[in-house]
Amino acid sequence: MEAVQLARRHGLNLSGRRPGVGEYLRRLWDRRAFIVTFARAKVTASYASATLGSFWTVITPLVNAGVYYLIFGVLLGTDHGVTNFIAYLCTGVFVFHFTQQVAMAGTRSIADNLNLVRALHFPRASLPLALTLVQLQQLLAALAVLAAIVLVTGERLTWSWLLVVPVVALQTLFNAGLAMILARLAARTTDLKQLMPFVLRTWLYGSGVFYSLDNFIDDAPGPLAVLLNWNPMVAYIDLMRYALIESLPDARMPGHLWLSALVWALVAGLGGFLFFWQAEEEYGRE
Amino acid sequence: MSEPTVIVDSLDVVYQVRGAAGRVTSPIAALGRMVRRPPRREVHAVRNVTFTAYEGQAIGLIGTNGSGKSTLLRTIAGLQPPRRGRVFTRGQPSFLGVNAALMRDLTGERNVVLGCLAMGMSPAETRAKYQEIVDFSGINEKGDFISLPMRTYSSGMAARLRFAIAAAKTHDVLIIDEALTTGDARFQKRSEDRVRELRRAAGTVFLVSHANRSIRDTCERAIWLESGEIRLDGPTDEVVDAYEAYTRKR
Repeated sequence: MEAVQLARRHGLNLSGRRPGVGEYLRRLWDRRAFIVTFARAKVTASYASATLGSFWTVITPLVNAGVYYLIFGVLLGTDHGVTNFIAYLCTGVFVFHFTQQVAMAGTRSIADNLNLVRALHFPRASLPLALTLVQLQQLLAALAVLAAIVLVTGERLTWSWLLVVPVVALQTLFNAGLAMILARLAARTTDLKQLMPFVLRTWLYGSGVFYSLDNFIDDAPGPLAVLLNWNPMVAYIDLMRYALIESLPDARMPGHLWLSALVWALVAGLGGFLFFWQAEEEYGRE
Repeated sequence: MSEPTVIVDSLDVVYQVRGAAGRVTSPIAALGRMVRRPPRREVHAVRNVTFTAYEGQAIGLIGTNGSGKSTLLRTIAGLQPPRRGRVFTRGQPSFLGVNAALMRDLTGERNVVLGCLAMGMSPAETRAKYQEIVDFSGINEKGDFISLPMRTYSSGMAARLRFAIAAAKTHDVLIIDEALTTGDARFQKRSEDRVRELRRAAGTVFLVSHANRSIRDTCERAIWLESGEIRLDGPTDEVVDAYEAYTRKR
């Protein structure tokens, strides 16, 4: 008898076949406990050897902000037109740091867990998603510090602080998609890991973290200006600033920021998931 | 006749080895690789293999080093794509390789929990099975090792824990690649019992081992692979005898 007919009659499936999108989503949902536990284990493991432990979650972005303040605020003086530069700079650094860390973790997500991937069967998207969760947790800790900085530098607690919730939600969705895209690309092209720091640094300078991009956009050549205007990081950073910093006049906020934040989150989140799923059966193969 | 669980249909597996021609690491050579495609060599590991495995069977795979045993099993598990032919399986086969540590920097404890959750158990099931897994692995027999990072384990300990985790779940098809041979005698006894239990639960177990005794003890059917082709497929004693005669002759 034909093997195919025999297999079909006894309910056997082709080995190593990729499940459909719906089935994949269901399996991913079934593994939610795994994703959360994995994320928690990663946090504990990453600080296990440091004396200050998970306190580094807060120290790292603070030191980062300090370095940038010294260079851009004190030495270069890029703070023109911004009254509360410290709050402005810290918000930018913390929000960008979130995406930067997710991008790096996503790039390494398959390569660093090859043992796990080769040993057990689970939806591979669990890995980039868990690593996004790790960084989200770090961001929440950093946001508590940020709130303190913003208040200390003379801002008031206002209703607009509630907007932090949708901004973080959209950025997290965007980051999860980005992590999945980079995870698939890096699984095939291992050289990407070496390239990522340069890509991320370019992105950092083009995201208006240390200075308001308004000062440059008008002079930039057409296509570049469009790119800067629709840079997803500009949207997430500036929305966070307008939410937290009262001394930034709301009137100056460009209208397309919410649209940009939403569209990027949906495109990256959905597209990243589908892009990652398409190579599901290939992760971990030599 | 019992139900088939694995059907392998005229299977050919070829894998490519990148940079096989002695990788030179000088920058000029690297530039050269960017212009020309890196040299690739093909290894034809499995040739035209066909067989069917049934529920309740334990099948031993024997053959000299490099005969394609591991490649065949990895293909059955869906970890290696076939060049030609097809593999059908019931459920998702589980592959237990020699590479034992799961997450080296995490404690044995965390590895047990994460392994169970990754296999799709619920947190409640994981809690219920936890002690059983630790006892089965025998990790804590010589003190509290389960709370140490897995990188501090000996290879035998890591392999035992790894097997204990995988064996906690009932699998339709379980593939064991030399994992059992690393444990001590007592652990081997326990795992052979577990393999028999899995078979009674209508599972199929594949076992690769260079210890012919372990194959004779656990499997009633054996497949002898040589240069990627099936030499002999039948009752264990018959096949292992023929294989032993062959290796003695060489």
